[in-house]
Amino acid sequence: MTLKNSSEEKTVGVVGLGSFGTAIARMLAEKNPVVAYARRADLVDEINQNHSIDGQPVSENIIATQDPEMLCKSCEILFFMVPSSAFQEVVRAFSPYLYPYHIIIHGTKGLCLNLPNGKSLSDMKVISRENILTMSEVILKETVVVRVGCLAGPNLAKELSKGQPAATVVASKYNEVIHQGQNLLRSDKFQVYGNSDIIGVELSGVLKNIIAIASGALAGLGLGENAKGLLISRGMVELIYLGNALGGSLKSFVGLAGIGDLVTTCNSTLSRNYTVGYRLAQGESLETIQNTMSEVAEGINTVRLMKTFVEGTGMRAPITENLYKVLFEDLLIEDALQYLMKYPFSVDVDFL
Amino acid sequence: MTDDYIKHKYDPILPQKDEWPVVKLSKSRKEFVKSVAEASKKRILGLTGGNVAVLKEELETTLYREKLRIKQNPWAVDPDDDYEFWNNVKGSLLQLSADISTPKIEKKKKYIAILDEITMRYAEEIASNFKHTHYKFTRSIITSGFARLLNAARVKGIKRLFSNQYSLQDKIQTIGETEQLRDLASKGTIIMVPTHFSNLDSILIGWIISVLGLPPFIYGAGLNLFNIDIFAYFMNSLGAYKVDRRKKNLPYLETLKTYSSEAIQFGVHSLFFPGGTRSRSGKIESKLKLGLLSTAIEAQRANYQKGINDISGKVFIVPVTINYHFVLEAPSLIKEYLSITGQERYYAESDEFSTSYKISKFLFKFFTKGSDISVSVGKAMDVLGHYVDKDGNSMDKNGRTIETRDYFISNGEVNLDTQREEEYTNRLGNRIVEEFHIINRVFSSHLVAFTAFQMIKKQNKKLDLFNLLRLPEEDIVLDYEEFKQEVQRVLDQIFELKANNKIHVAPHLRRGIDEIISHGLDNVGMYHAKRPLVKNSEGNIITEDMSLLYFYHNRLDGYDLEKLF
Repeated sequence: MTLKNSSEEKTVGVVGLGSFGTAIARMLAEKNPVVAYARRADLVDEINQNHSIDGQPVSENIIATQDPEMLCKSCEILFFMVPSSAFQEVVRAFSPYLYPYHIIIHGTKGLCLNLPNGKSLSDMKVISRENILTMSEVILKETVVVRVGCLAGPNLAKELSKGQPAATVVASKYNEVIHQGQNLLRSDKFQVYGNSDIIGVELSGVLKNIIAIASGALAGLGLGENAKGLLISRGMVELIYLGNALGGSLKSFVGLAGIGDLVTTCNSTLSRNYTVGYRLAQGESLETIQNTMSEVAEGINTVRLMKTFVEGTGMRAPITENLYKVLFEDLLIEDALQYLMKYPFSVDVDFL
Repeated sequence: MTDDYIKHKYDPILPQKDEWPVVKLSKSRKEFVKSVAEASKKRILGLTGGNVAVLKEELETTLYREKLRIKQNPWAVDPDDDYEFWNNVKGSLLQLSADISTPKIEKKKKYIAILDEITMRYAEEIASNFKHTHYKFTRSIITSGFARLLNAARVKGIKRLFSNQYSLQDKIQTIGETEQLRDLASKGTIIMVPTHFSNLDSILIGWIISVLGLPPFIYGAGLNLFNIDIFAYFMNSLGAYKVDRRKKNLPYLETLKTYSSEAIQFGVHSLFFPGGTRSRSGKIESKLKLGLLSTAIEAQRANYQKGINDISGKVFIVPVTINYHFVLEAPSLIKEYLSITGQERYYAESDEFSTSYKISKFLFKFFTKGSDISVSVGKAMDVLGHYVDKDGNSMDKNGRTIETRDYFISNGEVNLDTQREEEYTNRLGNRIVEEFHIINRVFSSHLVAFTAFQMIKKQNKKLDLFNLLRLPEEDIVLDYEEFKQEVQRVLDQIFELKANNKIHVAPHLRRGIDEIISHGLDNVGMYHAKRPLVKNSEGNIITEDMSLLYFYHNRLDGYDLEKLF
C-alpha cells in the first residue's frame, strides 16, 4: 500500500483500456495518479513512453502495466472496465493479489453465465437466476473483496473524452464505496449520484442494451420518432419486468442508470448497441457487423442470455424474444415489427 | 465433516476454573457493568449526534414507555424500586425542561447525567450472575440426573439405580468439528450459533459445551424465565444474562448490545440463537435476527482497533444444528405459524394442552425409548463468514490465508463505519444460514415426512396450503409401493446433494429402503398423540395430522427437493 495516509493523493487502478476504460482513466487522472492495466504490450509502452493512448495524448499521471500484482499492490481502489466476455478471466487473474482492504468499482454493462462445470448455454434447456451473474456477483464469487460497486448511466465514452457534461451513478451496498467513487470522479463536468441497489443499477445498464439494438433497427428502417417513443416506453416496461425478476428494484430502473441511459443509447449513433441494430436494418449480417466492430456490443450476448432466462421463468418479453429471432434465427426485422404491432399489450403502465 | 458419531471423553481445555473467561468476568462484575454502562452511554450520545434536543426526546420517550410498562405489564422479577426510579427520572426531566436560567452546556451535562443513571441501571439488570459452585451443581444434576433416568429405564434389577452403562452421550450424539472448536476456544473467542427448534435446546447445548470440555458460554435468556425462582437459579448458574423483551427503548437496546459486545471483547464465549426464537414452521432458520450478531462484528473491529491482531482477539462463529426426530412443542409451534401466516384462512381447532404433564411424559419417554438426537458442530468461520484453519487463520476459497482485519480498513486504518458493519452483519447472517443447510443431517423421519407431504400436495395440486392442511385425514392414503419409489427418488437426490457437500445424512439412511422407511415411520413425531405418519392395516401410508406432517416435512425445505414432484 503506497501513499496510504494521503487520501488526496492515492493511486487508483484502472483495469482495461477500452474506450470507456480510457475515458474513466482520463477523468481519474485529473485528480489522482492512475495505474492502468492493459493487455496489449504496445499500448503499455505507448502510455509509459509517449503519454498517449492510440495517438491521443493523456495525462502524465497515468502509468500502464501488464502486471496485476503491481497494480494491486499500488492501489486500494480499482476500476474494472473489461467487457463481460473477458471479465471472469481478468478477475481470476487479479484474484490472487486482491485483499479484503481493496475496493472494486466496475463499469461493465453485461452479464456472465454461471453454469455447472463443462456445460454451455446451448446444453441448458432453462437457466435460472443462479446461473446468471452480474459483474459485481462475479467479483464477489471470484475474490475476497466485498466492498464492490458499479458505475452506470448515460456515459458515452466519446462524449466523456471530449469533456462534455454528464452524470453517472455509483451503486454499492457500502456507503464508503459510493463516497470514494464520488470523491474520485466528481468534477465540474461530471456529476456522480449514489444508489444502494447495486443489482438494480447493474441490470439497468445491462438490459437497456437490448432496447438500444431494437432502437437502432427502427432508425435503420427509417421509421421515425413516433415509433421510437413507442419502443422506448414499451422497452422500459420490459426492462422493469426482467429487472425485477432478476432482483433489481423498480426505483433504480427509473433513475439515471435506467431511463437516463436508455434515452441516451436509444438516440445515439455513438452507441455500439444502437449501431448493431442500425446496421442490421441496413441489411448487414450479424457476423459481418461483429467482425468489423472494434469493440464488443454487450447487448448481443445479453439478448441471448435473457431469452433463455425468460423461457425458464414462463414470463413473456416480446421485444427480447423477437430481437433474438432477428439476431440468431434470421427473422426479418419487418416481420418482428409486425409481430410486435399485433402483440396484445393491453395496459399502458402496470408496474408502478 | 464426517458422518461418524463422536463418543469420546474430552478433558477440559482449561482445567482451572479461575482461567475461565466467564469466571474472570464474574469476578470483575462491578467494573465490567460500569464499563458497559459507560460504553453504551457513549454510543447513545453518538447516535444522538451530541444534539441535546434529540437526547431529551429519547429520554422522554424512554420514560414514557417505562412508566407504561410498570403500569400495564409488571413482572415479579422487576426490582422493587422500579416505580421510584422512573419517578425520579421524571422529576429530573421536568425540572430541567422548566429551568430557563441554566446555560446550555450545564443543561447538556445534566441530561447526560440522567442518561448515565439509566444505562447504569440497565447494565446492572442485564449482567449475568455466574457462580461457579452453582454451575457445578447444575451441571451435575443434568448429567447424573439424566443418566440415572436413562439407566433406570434400560438396565434391569437392583443395579439399575447405580448403573453407568448408558450415558447421555449414547442418547445425544455429537458430530462434526469438535476438535477445531476446542482448539479455537482455547485461543480465541467463540460465538456459537445453533438452530432453535425446541425449549430443550438451551439445556442440550449447555450440556454439550460441558461434555466437550469447554468453559461455560454466556447467552441471553428472556427475563420472563427469571420470574420463577428455580429457573432463575439455573439460568444464572449457566451464565445467562437477561433480555427483557418488554423494553424496546433505545437506551435499553443499546445497553444490551454493548453488554454482548463488551463480553466478547473480554474473551467470554457466547451463545446466540440467531433465529431469535424457536422455528415455528419447522424450517431451518432462513431469516436471522441480526441485532446480537452485529455485536460479534463490532467486537471484532473493536479488538482490531485496540491493536489486538493475533488470535487472542479473534472472534469465531461456529454454527451448530440440532437434529431431532421429534420436537415436543411441534403441535403448538406449527399452529402458531399457520395462524400467523394464514390469518383468516386458518382456524385453529381447539386442543387441550397440559404442558407440564406433557413435558414429564416426554422426558420419561425420551429416556426410556429410542428417538436419538444429534448435534452437528460446523466449521468455524471468521466474522465475514470465511472458514478458518486450525490456527484460526481465515482462508479464501482457494485456501489462501487472508487477514480479517483488512475488511475493516479504509485509507490504511481500521475505522468504524456502522453502515459497513450492518452490511457485514447481513452477509454473516446469510453465511450462517448457508452453513446450517450444509451441516444439517437428514434423518429417516425427515425423509418420509417430506416425501409423503409432497405426494399429497401433488395429488391435490389445486389446493393452497391452508386448504391442503384442512383435507380430512381419513381421505389421504398413499400406496406403499408408490411411496417407496418416491422415497427412493428423494433419497437419491439427497445423496447427490451430499456428494456435493450440501447436506449431511445420518448413518441409518444407508440401510435398505424398506428399513429406512420403517425407521422413519417409527420415529417421525413419535410421541405425539396424533402421529404425522403411520402404516395402516393394509400396509399403506396414512397421516393422522396434516399440520404435524407439514412441520416435519419443512425440515428439508430449502434444498429444492420439491422440484422432484
